[in-house]
Formats: sequence, structure tokens, C-alpha cells
Amino acid sequence: MDVLVCVKRVPAVGTEILLTPDAAAIDTRHLGFTIGPHEECAVEKAVRIAERTGGAAGVLTVGPPEADEQLRYALSMGADHAVRVEAPVADPDPELTAAAVVGALPDLRPYDLVLFGEASADAGHAQVGFRVAAALGRPVVGGVKGIGTDGSRVRLERHVDDGVEVHEAPLPAIAAVLEGLNLPRYPTIKGRLRAKKAPIRVLPGPVVTGGLRTLRLRHRPEARAQTVVLGRGAAAAPAVVDVLAELGRVR
Amino acid sequence: MVLALIERDGEGVLTAASADVLAAARDLADDLGAGVGAVAVGDAGDLPDDLVKRGVSTLHLLRHELLADGGPATVGEALAQLVAREQPVAVLAAATDAATEAMAWAAARVGVPLATACTAIRPGPGDGDRPWEVTRERAGGILLEDAVLDAPIRFATLGTGTRTPTETAAAAEVTVRAFVPELDAAVPRARLVERRARASGMTLATAPVVVSGGRGVGSAEGYAVLEELAGLVGGAVGCSRVATNNGWRPHADQVGLTGTRVSPDLYIACGISGATQHWVGCMNARAILAVNTDPEAPMVSRATWAVIGDVHEVLPAVVEELRRRSGG
Amino acid sequence: MTPFPDRAQVVVIGAGIVGNAVVHHLARLGWRDVLLVDKGPLPDPGGSTGHASNFVFPVDHSREITLLTADSMRQYTELGTLTTCGGIEVARTPERVQELDRRMSSARAWGIDAELITPAEVAGKVPFLDPSPLLGAFWTPSVAVVDPLRAGELMRERASAAGALTVAALTEVLAIDTQDGRVRRVRTDRGDVECEYVVVACGVWSPRIAALAGATIPLTPAVHQMIDVGPIAELAATGREIAFPIIRDMDPFMYERQSGADLEIGSYAHRPILCDPDEIPSNAAAALSPTQLPFTADDFDPQMEAALELFAGILDRPDAGIRHAINGLLSLTPDGHPLLGETPEVAGLWSAAAVWIKEGPGVGRLIAEWMTAGVPEIDPHAADVARFAPHERTRAHVRARAAEGYNKTYGIIHPREQWSSDRGARRSPFFPREEALGAEFFEVAGWERPQWYRSNEPLVAELGVEDRPHEWDARWWSPIINAEHLAMRRSVAMIDLSAFAQFDVRGPGALAYLQHLCIAQVDRPVGRVIYTPVLGPDGGFRSDLTVVRLGDQHFRVVTGGSDGARDLHWFTRHLPADGSVALADVTSAVCTLGLWGPRARDVLAAVTDDDVSHEGFPFATGRTVTVGSIPVLALRLSYVGELGWELHAPTECGLRLWDTIAEAGVPHGIVPAGIGVYGTTARLEKGYRLMGHELDGEHGPVEAGLALPGLKSADFVGKAAYTKAREGEPEATLCTLTLDASAHRRHPQGGEPVLTADGERITDRRGRPSYVTSAGAGPSLRTHLLMAYLPPWHAAEGTGLLVEYLGERYPVTVARAGRTPLFDPDDARMR
Repeated sequence: MDVLVCVKRVPAVGTEILLTPDAAAIDTRHLGFTIGPHEECAVEKAVRIAERTGGAAGVLTVGPPEADEQLRYALSMGADHAVRVEAPVADPDPELTAAAVVGALPDLRPYDLVLFGEASADAGHAQVGFRVAAALGRPVVGGVKGIGTDGSRVRLERHVDDGVEVHEAPLPAIAAVLEGLNLPRYPTIKGRLRAKKAPIRVLPGPVVTGGLRTLRLRHRPEARAQTVVLGRGAAAAPAVVDVLAELGRVR
Repeated sequence: MVLALIERDGEGVLTAASADVLAAARDLADDLGAGVGAVAVGDAGDLPDDLVKRGVSTLHLLRHELLADGGPATVGEALAQLVAREQPVAVLAAATDAATEAMAWAAARVGVPLATACTAIRPGPGDGDRPWEVTRERAGGILLEDAVLDAPIRFATLGTGTRTPTETAAAAEVTVRAFVPELDAAVPRARLVERRARASGMTLATAPVVVSGGRGVGSAEGYAVLEELAGLVGGAVGCSRVATNNGWRPHADQVGLTGTRVSPDLYIACGISGATQHWVGCMNARAILAVNTDPEAPMVSRATWAVIGDVHEVLPAVVEELRRRSGG
Repeated sequence: MTPFPDRAQVVVIGAGIVGNAVVHHLARLGWRDVLLVDKGPLPDPGGSTGHASNFVFPVDHSREITLLTADSMRQYTELGTLTTCGGIEVARTPERVQELDRRMSSARAWGIDAELITPAEVAGKVPFLDPSPLLGAFWTPSVAVVDPLRAGELMRERASAAGALTVAALTEVLAIDTQDGRVRRVRTDRGDVECEYVVVACGVWSPRIAALAGATIPLTPAVHQMIDVGPIAELAATGREIAFPIIRDMDPFMYERQSGADLEIGSYAHRPILCDPDEIPSNAAAALSPTQLPFTADDFDPQMEAALELFAGILDRPDAGIRHAINGLLSLTPDGHPLLGETPEVAGLWSAAAVWIKEGPGVGRLIAEWMTAGVPEIDPHAADVARFAPHERTRAHVRARAAEGYNKTYGIIHPREQWSSDRGARRSPFFPREEALGAEFFEVAGWERPQWYRSNEPLVAELGVEDRPHEWDARWWSPIINAEHLAMRRSVAMIDLSAFAQFDVRGPGALAYLQHLCIAQVDRPVGRVIYTPVLGPDGGFRSDLTVVRLGDQHFRVVTGGSDGARDLHWFTRHLPADGSVALADVTSAVCTLGLWGPRARDVLAAVTDDDVSHEGFPFATGRTVTVGSIPVLALRLSYVGELGWELHAPTECGLRLWDTIAEAGVPHGIVPAGIGVYGTTARLEKGYRLMGHELDGEHGPVEAGLALPGLKSADFVGKAAYTKAREGEPEATLCTLTLDASAHRRHPQGGEPVLTADGERITDRRGRPSYVTSAGAGPSLRTHLLMAYLPPWHAAEGTGLLVEYLGERYPVTVARAGRTPLFDPDDARMR
């Protein structure tokens, strides 16, 4: 079974997120880049399926040449080939990203399963997987925390508020997955060295951006708490229970 | 017309999030001098009586046998066809997983953008044909993004707490219209084949108190005292990403950007420093009690109350005091 | 939060290992009003202390660093924060095998237990290591890992318990106010603090903090990459943070150490990645910490390959993942040494920066002692923050040298090795002539000084000078040096000495001021040239220099180029407050040409009408003579043991002076000679001591053989200690040793241990080891000369000893105990 994972290059931020002077983007001067946790799990799943079935695990991103770093990270986790679709902007919008993926797929091998993270860790538009599925008319399930497959069908466990839904779909199919799908591996040294030398296939992408355009980013106005320190160590227990009682939690 | 895709809970009652969406749709429609249409899947049930109070003039019921097990993608396809027919000025939905997915599919089929997790929608000036502006949450809500939404039909999902529903001018009546989309059973699709209810008991998302542990708990065994406290105060246990990565807790317990977003009355953060990725998961709590050895940890400075100390000194003492006061 | 004080005696900025150690030792030494501030939270404020690899290898070629490390290890041990694991430096190349021999010599010199072991023995100690790429190894059993964060906490606790310390974390320093050149006040975001002293222990942020007071701390933050790979079952099974020796894989410039279940791999091999202190992110904005920058994987890839060569057995496993990878920041300085002591720009503003974890506690003690007593126990001169010339403090210079120096961290550094970046900052007016003569330039304090001249190449054959057969001995050396030496002794040589630092001292208080700083009697007639040691309060050497009385209230101080900046700081700090003394640095105004040799008088007489006869211009006098049409301050003295003068001229007249002397010298066979002659061969034959080699803070004039016949009545810095030393027997005597004829094919270069004939280490009663302080050829004596301090029971002429050099031991003989020269012992040639 051949699986493709779509990933996005996102900044690895600290507690405070700095913005560029024009507020159009996150100031990444001091930051590294990564792929989100959902996508790490997707890569892990793809690698495991490929290992188990003797198939291939591909990784694809839509973005500038810098995003090769994230493709190589996925390669070092065990993905065996990588594709970057060029984008006219650093942070492509969901319509553009979906169009880029849809446009690239005919040039690539026919994947049985295409995985997305539920949402990117930065913009969080949470829609590219469904857009791609809609464009291709393929089955798609989101919120996936479990994937089982027999080679012709896929069973997808979707987590919802009140439990778990199991969906089945014929292949080829698409899924948007959540962290918790598995515990992704760390890259190995050998994996890194292999990834460094692996070719990255670059495909041209769409040049027209979508209708959702970022004007500026802002910090959420945070109501700064004036923290009341109830005490230190075990001695604070009565004060803590007073608070619980106040909230009606002491029965 | 402003369309609102609405959801109902297990008892067929409009969800709070959908009520918010209807309120926002009504505001928007008032601005634009338009009506509000609601879109739901299945039978009308008690909806019309509720919707009339919320200023909804039309209820579109999506009806097709494939919708029964088709999941959000199928809903999205039906919605897309309804939109194509109705040509609304905007389509809104709550930013739930299912609604977002249906909206994503529909927006793709209609060929327009979708702004997810919006906190504000501002129609363009004049006749409303100019690009609109939205404010949406990014990075889990730590950042807000002002964006242009440039489309003939504006698709947006609304984050929770966007608008508190208020009494609004009731519509004269709700016209209920069934809409039967053209869905081809031969087209490959995902089918819901099984539904497993969560084991009874409190869920993290709905618990009034969440007792959550991070690096400072130190081990899987260390959560016993958190479980005990949660049991005593009628809460659920959560954890940070550190705990999941170390295998101390299942991912289902994880609070944060890539786990569960909680909004309890009280969030007790035990040994959690409060990295951004965690903070976005608990920032909607009404109150936070932080227990941490580091008085300068971000979680402490953002908390309502704090206890400076080791989790395994503080919590046992709290448990003991609780038992003493409740007489047992 | 603790209330924030509005005054303190000393404000220590930075709560890393260094700042914590400083406050601890200040409290221990009796300071009671100490404030420690840090912008970050405790216990890990986010600096380099929080992410360092924390291992300690005690052996360094530098004695000062070795002493600081040894002291730090004692302190870490006493705090219960040191775990001994042993360490192995491995060699993959023959050159590294030789370097390990040299490390072995340093270990023996400084008295640290170590041994050379085989690759098989390495594998015996580290079973998962593949020894096949290795040729040899250097095993140090005492190598350890330490916990600097915990050590820092304990040090703060002790200082607090003594009632001496207030700690203010999350406190940002916004400004440092000065008044009349002294610190007065530290302004923070929590309030202003009046204070007398400020210690900048801010690691990579130090330049930025010092700049708030108008001072420079010349370092640059630079990246050092580290990764953690794991989990590895063999490591996890030990259940310990570290159970196996640390491997330093020296040739690929990297190390591997156990860190719990992981193997940590660090690299000094990648391209230099320098940052700016202003560009380091805040704690909140950094993903990990301000000094753990995003890992740049491409830079580390070669190190992964090298690591696999030794550790494929545990690293090449599918479950051993790269769990942590950072570009950690550390501090680099222009010469690789720390930046310690009071800044020359601002009195009361102290630097404790560019310090490794392994030296932190020792540096804390050193700084506290220095602030308390005016001098620390360990001689800090090579680490003195005041050691830099102005251009060496610039950002461009610091970055150039740091970039060049980064890959030297694990490099094989020849003792004479020269820097190649940012050269040519300071040139004497003679430079064009020297360049035309094919000078090989060595650098001191930025000055380009000819070490030898290729134009003298024919002299090598003519004078029968032999080359050195061993490449290491001959590196950064030329037989031309010896040829120039012999030519000088045969006829006459001219030597560029413009790198001398020179100060003009004038005013009604000038005499008293110099009397206070110099041990020699300075109240001599106008025209006298006075050689004098300058001591610290403990009687150890601070400097040695020449004072010339030019007038009743006018003196010239001439000191070595490498010591100029430190000496200027010392002289400046001791200026009387009443304004009765004016001190001017005239280094740039004056160029100096040495003229020495049996024909020196003939040459000088040919170009001046002034009386330069022995009677008319006696030894140890100076006065202005006219050379051609140039007024020149001529000083009759010699550091090479020949008749002659230092000729000091205005810089702009320098080229004329050179040409005049060179032309006049032709009939007398004049040659240009380099610093190889002046600083090594000629001075060693004469037994002259050199600051920083023989002369240091650990030794005084009595032991160095430089005590003066009389003791002047005027008080001076170090007088009590000096007086006491004169009254007793010295614990060590500076001796000149000759390499025995059987060993003449090898050439020790300094730093080697001196051993008894039985191969035992030699230490004096104060525990100070005997090692070679200087070494070089004695062409006129036809031997190789070494200097070393020896305890009385070895300091007897004729005693046979051994010197260990690159793994071999060579017989040497004590040729002279004390200052009497081996060459021309009566100084007849200087008359």
C-alpha cells in the first residue's frame, strides 16, 4: 500500500509569539521550524503501513524551498520519497494548498491513502484534506485516531465528543488525523543521513491564491490574572479547600 | 439570505454552539437586510418552535438516505447543492469538527474560501458585495488573524463564545423546506459502520473541574493522587503533552492545542509550566489553580490562584483536608 | 517576592554558575550586602549554564585553566554535585597521537593522574565503542560530570544563610550609571540600586550589559551543536545519568557522553555560527531557552557520520532516535581565554564572562578574592579582561578571531601558532622595509612584528646553523632566527621594538606615584634608566618594566607590548585622586628601534654628533641624541646582552630612522633581527626573565632572582610580602637548564614537566610544580636552553634532571641557579 502524507512547515514557537513589524506574520528570526504533532503522527502511520505492506510512504508539502527541511525530517522518520509543490507565497492559503495537492497527484504514483493532519499548527484552517477529497470525489474522514486497512478498504476511527465512530471506505481514500493516532518515532541518525541525500521532487504549483487573505495578526487581549498565592507546600491545603468550597466542589 | 448549518445533540436539541451561530447569523442578516435560513440534517422535530424565536425564517432539511451514514463529507455535498440553489450571501456554522468538515467540503465544491474559527465577521461596505473581513483564531487562539474574505458566498465557522445569544425579534414563522440532494450511491464514500459510546462518566470536555498534571507529576503512578482529588471534587483528570509523550497518560487525556480544549469552572494545573500549546487548551477555564514549584512559571502567572510547591506534597495535603471537612 | 533593595555593596548580574559562585565566595570572604539579579527565572535563567553538557576534563595545556578547573572540581565535589565517570580523548591520526603525548606531558606537569591507553583498552572501558578507527587514547580517570544548576542553588543558599545575599530573579537590568568613571547605580525594572561594585556574569549577554556602563566585554555568542540519541538499552540499563567514560573524539572535533538512556553528541566541527548579544530571544519568545537556538541539521551531518564510525553498535538502531537537538550558545573571545577582572573603562565594573562550566566555581572564587584582596590566588593575567588593545575590543575583531578560534576548540594548537584573521591592525613605521626584507610577522597585541627575515637566509649556511629535524619542533620557527642571533653577536643588529607600550608620567605627584608602584628606587637623577618589577599586593609579579627619568617631574614607562593594556589599566587605577599626576599612553606616538651588537657604537657614532662613548653615555642612562636630523631618545640598556641602545623616535620619523641606521650599519655588517632573537635566543642566553612566562602572580622577585640589592624606604605595592620574602629562603629558584647533548635533536618549547632523574614529578613546598617556563635555542652556547623554577633541593648547578617532551624524557642539567647569565656572565659585552 502506498501512502502519501501532506505536511506543512510551521514555526516552533515559545511561550510568547513575536510578530513581524508589519504584523503580517510570526517573527521567526529566532525560531526553528517543524511539522505539527498531527502530521508527525500521520508520517509515523504512513511509514508503518509502508513497512507492513511493502508499500511506499511519500511526503508532500506545498511551500517555498525552505520547506525541504520538513520533508527531510519526514524522510528521516522513514518516509521514502518527498515532493514539494511550489507556492507563490510563504504561507499558502487552504484553497491554494488544496489546488496544489490536487494538481500534483496525477504526476505522482496512485496513492491508496492520502493523510493530512487535522489542522496545521500555525494557521489551523482545518480544511485542506476535505477540499482535496471534494475535488477528487474521494472518501474522506476527519478526526481520525485509528487506521486499519486490508489493502482494499480502510477502517478509520473518528473521535467525536461522545465516543468513537468507525467509518469504512474503499481505497483510495483520504483521512485527516489527530495526534494520539500513535507515538511518532524520532528520526534516527541513519535516517537523517539518508534523508539528507534523498532527492526531493519539485513540482510547479498554482499561482493564483485563494480568497482568504491575511491582513494582520494580533495577540488575543489577555486578561492578566492577578494571581493569588494561596501558600507554599502542604501548608496551603486549607486555603485550597476553601477555594474548592467557594466553588461548591466540597461535598 | 444568510444560511446557518446547525447541529443537534443526541436528544434532538439545538446545540449551544449552533445557537451562537444563529445569533451571529441574525446579526449579520440584520446588517445586510436579509433573512436567516437554517440548515439541518434529518427531520424537523422540535426545531421550528425553537428556531422561530431565533429569527429564522426558513429551515432547510437535508434529506437523503445516504446522509444517514455518510458523515460530514456527505453533509457537505448536500450543503453545497443547497447553496448552489439558494445562492446565500453567507453560510455559517459552528467550528465543531463535523460542521467544519462539512463546510470545507461544501466550500470546495462551491469554489469559495472558508474562514474557520472566526470570532468576528464584518461585511464589506456598501451593498455587501465588497470583500468582507473576518477575525479568526490562529495557533489555537493565542493569536487572532484579521483576514479578507473575498468571495461571492462567504463560508465561515464560528468559534465558541463568539456571541452570546440574546432575545431577538422573532420571525413570523419558520418555513420548513426539505432539500433532497442528488447523491450517487455508486460514488466511493466513507460509511459510518459503528458507533461506540464513550464509557459513561465525565468527559474531559464537559467536566466542571479538570485536575491536570504535567512534567511535575513525574510518573504514571504519580497521577493516582490527581485521580483521587478529581474523584473527590467531581472532576476529570487531564494532562499535558509531556505526560502523553512519556506514556504516563493516554492521549485522550491531553489538554491543549493538539488535544482536548476544555472550559471547566476550575482547572487545576499540577506541575504544568504552561507552554503556549497547553495554554490554548485550558485558557477558556473560568478559573485556574496552579500548583508548581516554580513561582515564575507562565501557568502560575496566568492562574487565578497558585500554590508554590511540589505536586506530591500539596495534593495529598489537599486530599486529606477535603476528607476531613467532608467528614470522612 | 522579596522586597527589592535600593542599595547594595555589590550587584552581581547573572545567576548562572559564575554569578552564583561569585556571590557565594563574596559572602564567604565577608561581603554582606550582595544583590544577585537575573532577567530570567530560577533555577535556570535561560543562559548557557542551563543547557551545557556539563562535563569536566581537568587537563589543559594552560596552567591557569587547569588550576581553575581543579579548584572548580573541588567545589563541585564539596557541594555533592560531581559524578566521576572518567574520560578518554581518542586519536584517529598520527598527529593526534603526538598531541596526546603532549597532553600527557601537561597532565604530568600539572599533576593530574592520566595515562595513555590502547584502542583495545578504550573498548574495555566503553564496551559499545568500535575501536578500529583509533590509533591511541588518553585516559583521565578523574573526568566528571557536574550539575551546575544544583551547585548554583546551593551556593545561593549558603550566601543567603550567611545573611549576605538578596536574590532577584526576573529582574531586568535597564541601565548602569557611572560617575567619575566609577559605577554608581544599577537601574532595573524593579527599581534602582546604588552600589559600589557591579559584576557582569551574564555569559553571552555580557557585552550588552557592560555596554550599559560604557565598557566592553569582548566576546561573541557562538553556536555549539548538541544532539541526544536514544533510548539505548545498554545506557538505560545502568539506571544512572552517566556510568561510562566520556569520549572526546578529538580529530572530528566532537564528543560523546552518556546522558541517562541517551548518548549525547556534541560538535566543535561545524562552521562558526556567531550571534549578536542583542539578537538573542527572550525567555518567553524562545522555543526552548534563549541560548538553545533552533538546530541547523545540515551543519551536524558530518558529525553523525563520525559518531557512527565509533558507535554504530548502539546508534544504528531503529528505536534510537534523535530526541533532542540544539544549537546551544556559548561565549567565544578573541584569544579563547576567559574575560575576568575589573573592566579598564569603568572602575568597580567587573567582568566574569566567557567561562566554561568546568571553570565556573573556580572563577567565582578568583573574582571574589580579587575584589576582596586586590589579587587572587591563581594568577589571572592571561584571562584579565583588561588585556586587550582597543582594536581587539571591536566587534569585527572579536567575531573574526572567534570564527577562527571555534574550530580550534578541539584542535591541535602549536604553542607558537599565529592567528590568520584580522591581522595587520598595528604596524610600526618600519613595516614597509620589513616587508621588503621578507619579514615573517608574528603578532602581539595586534602589532605586526618581524619574527625573522627571509633576507637573512644566506646567513644560515654562512654561520652553520642547523635546521630542526622534527616538524613539530620546527613549526612556526626558522633556523634564520639562530643565524640572526649569531650575526648580532658577531657584528650588530637592528630590531623593531615599536610594539612596546609606553606611558608618559608627569606632574608634581609623579615621583611618589611611581615609587608606590615600583619596587626599584625611582628617585634617581634625571637621565637614569631604571629596571623594576611591579608587584601585586601579595608580592607576586604584576609586571616588569623600565622607567626612565626624563625630568624632575617627568618619567617615561616602557613595558612589553603584550602587557601594555593590563599595565595601562593598573597604572590608571592607581593614579592619585588629587590630579597631581598626568598619565598619557604615548605608545602610538613613539617607535622604537633596538641597535645592539659589538659594532652598535660604531653605527650610532656614524650618524650622531653626540657623545656615545661608554663614559659619555654610560649604561642604564638615557638622553636625547640627534640621529641624522631626528631627535631620538636613546636608552642604553639591553635585553640581548650586547652593547647598544633602544632608539625611541616620533612615529612619523621612524622610516627615516630605520634608513639612517641601516645605511650607517652597512660597513659594520648590520642585519635586521627579529623577535625570535630578542624574545627568545638572546634573552635566554642572558637569563632574562619574561613576563607571563617566568614572571607571574605566583612568583615574586626573590624567587625570580630579581630582588634588588637594597630595599628602598618608600612604601610600594607588595612591599610587605617582598620584604618578608627577602628575609627567608625562597621556596623555589628560577634556574636555567641545558638540554644534554644526547638530546640535541629535540627541542622542547615550554610547558613541559621537569622531572627528577628518576622520573618523579617535582613540586616545591607550596605545591607548585616545576615546569619549563621558556625554552629556546642558545646559538652562541650551542645548546637548547630551558628555564624552570626548582625547589632548593634541586636548584643546584650540575644537577641532572629530565624533561618530558611529547612522550619522551630527555636529560637536562641545571646550568644556572639564579640570575647570573650563562652567556657573558660578567656582562662585559654590554659595556
